[in-house]
Amino acid sequence: MITLIKLAWRNLWRNKRRTLITVASVFVAVFLALLMRSVQRAMYDTALDNAVRLSTGHLQVHREGYWKDKTINKTMTIKDSTREKIAAIENVAVAAPRLESFALVSSGPQTKGAAVVGTDPEIENRLTNLREKVVEGSYLEPGGALVASGVAEYLKLGVGDTIVLLGQGYHGSTAAGAYPIVGVFEYPMKELNNSMIYLALDDAQYLYAAPRRLTSLTLMLDDGDDLEETREEVVATLGEGYETLPWQEMNRELVQFIRSDNVGGIIMLAILYVVVAFGVFGSIVMMTLERRKEFGVMVAVGLRKGKLATIVFFESIFVTFVGVVAGSVGAIPIFAYFSANPIPLTGEAASAYEAFGFPPAILFSLDPGLFLNQASVTAVIALVAAVYPAFVVMNLQAARAMRA
Amino acid sequence: MNVIETKDLKKVYDESAVAVTAVDGVSLSFEKGEFACLVGPSGCGKTTLLNMIGGLDEPTEGTAIVGDVDLSELSSRELVDFRLRNVGFVFQAYNLIPVFTARENVEFIMHMQGMPEKERKRRAEEVLTAVGLGDRLDARPSELSGGQQQRVAVARALAPKPKFIIADEPTANLDSKSTGALLDMMLEMNREEKITFLFSTHDRRVTERARRLVTLEDGKVAKDERR
Ligand SMILES: Nc1ncnc2c1ncn2[C@@H]1O[C@H](COP(=O)(O)OP(=O)(O)O)[C@@H](O)[C@H]1O
Ligand SMILES: [Mg+2]
Repeated sequence: MITLIKLAWRNLWRNKRRTLITVASVFVAVFLALLMRSVQRAMYDTALDNAVRLSTGHLQVHREGYWKDKTINKTMTIKDSTREKIAAIENVAVAAPRLESFALVSSGPQTKGAAVVGTDPEIENRLTNLREKVVEGSYLEPGGALVASGVAEYLKLGVGDTIVLLGQGYHGSTAAGAYPIVGVFEYPMKELNNSMIYLALDDAQYLYAAPRRLTSLTLMLDDGDDLEETREEVVATLGEGYETLPWQEMNRELVQFIRSDNVGGIIMLAILYVVVAFGVFGSIVMMTLERRKEFGVMVAVGLRKGKLATIVFFESIFVTFVGVVAGSVGAIPIFAYFSANPIPLTGEAASAYEAFGFPPAILFSLDPGLFLNQASVTAVIALVAAVYPAFVVMNLQAARAMRA
Repeated sequence: MNVIETKDLKKVYDESAVAVTAVDGVSLSFEKGEFACLVGPSGCGKTTLLNMIGGLDEPTEGTAIVGDVDLSELSSRELVDFRLRNVGFVFQAYNLIPVFTARENVEFIMHMQGMPEKERKRRAEEVLTAVGLGDRLDARPSELSGGQQQRVAVARALAPKPKFIIADEPTANLDSKSTGALLDMMLEMNREEKITFLFSTHDRRVTERARRLVTLEDGKVAKDERR
């Protein structure tokens, strides 16, 4: 057996250049594939994570039909006991009551549309870590407003200044109120950062003339993978007249964008792999055909075809595997570095990223699943390509092979 | 005692449009220790006949009997083992495994036969020395001349002490000096190790040295002379 391994090993280096070119092509392909997928994946994960953590949570309870219209007239009331029951569901980490609506925010001559979120400051903090995002002043407290930095800059206001909110309240009433800015916060997603204002829940309910009413009960889960089961529990806890939506539905545009972008990525990957597969296969076919006479002699003198087939099978697989391992091992330190130090994007590229809710940087994912995926795709290519020489050997007729 | 006996051996290649009768009813027997040469022009059926005797090719009709084994009764897997244990082969070219040294090439068959490492190492050295390559044990085939490569091939065929050796035009790619040297060596091995040699050539220089000359014409035995 050792002799057979020796034979396979030496055969590999018989045509050094060809072996190295094959290994290098697999290496480059695996490296590129990993690079592409790692960047894509990190981008998707970050965008989804931001959307869930900073905006929609994992699940939201609304009055039935609210999400379609998002009008203050479709707010709901929810019994405290029900709210407590939902908060007590095993997988529910946080259940934040919110009253969200639209308002015009002004200060002197400047006016801007804003998304006003009335929320319980402590619960909200547990959901979004909002307190940490404060860059100026202090955290949200009743009577005051916590304003996103994009809004503050636009209005040229700072902590201590007063904003005036003007909008439509519950059932056609007018919503108007003045609030001192207690703090300014910053969100990484431009869209949110240019529009958000937090008020205490009671203040918002008063502003919109909707006492005790909520637009949503926003839930953060301990384990996002058990979303569906938890959703069913929530639905069972609630009575009629509510809707309980998962984050995928509330971030539909983002999810759809990611889905189609991902398909694009997979197609690119497929093309890359087809090219490499042909390269690998081509060199294996050449290697096999060149050696037919040699195979013929070995079988003639008494080497069983099964053994010979095993040798050439492993020879072929080895080339691909070395490439895969080299590509993965080469990628890890580079990706790890850039994962810790993302490459920032500026200018148009940054705006394009931000427009879709992505952070303006090239991030790298180190998800082991990525590496495993590439490894298994190349393993399949290697196996398929290696079957060919084994097949040729098994069908070899020694006398004829030596004549050819 | 006959080592090899063929009975009405016939081989027809009929895959192409025209069927070719390569060997046409050959009945021959070879005794132990014989040094016999098949001659005849290219295409007369030498290779086909040798392949059938060596268990490399199956006859269309007739049979080859080696010792007490009727080759037509063996499965293709049994034939591989038959060749491994009974026949030494020397071909015209591509004999050696290019990535193995001379010594490793000679050891290869003995290794597959399951001979212990020490014994096969000693035997490989012994035989390589006997064919005059004692100083090139660790050379790869590409580092040897054509004549030296064929000697390694003969050494490989010889080392496991097969029942007989089949050498199909072993000198076809050699110059006359190497041809003479290889033949001297084969004759000496035939004498020393009492191994039956069955070889073919269409080289008149070689035929003079054979002790038995079988002439083939169109797949038939035209002459069978001993001297
Ligand atoms: N696989 C094959 N298919 C068809 N014809 C073949 C095949 N092998 C050999 N032949 C034919 O059989 C005849 C004998 O060939 P061969 O045994 O190689 O003769 P030699 O070794 O004396 O040159 C030739 O006519 C050759 O063309
Ligand atoms: Mg021939």
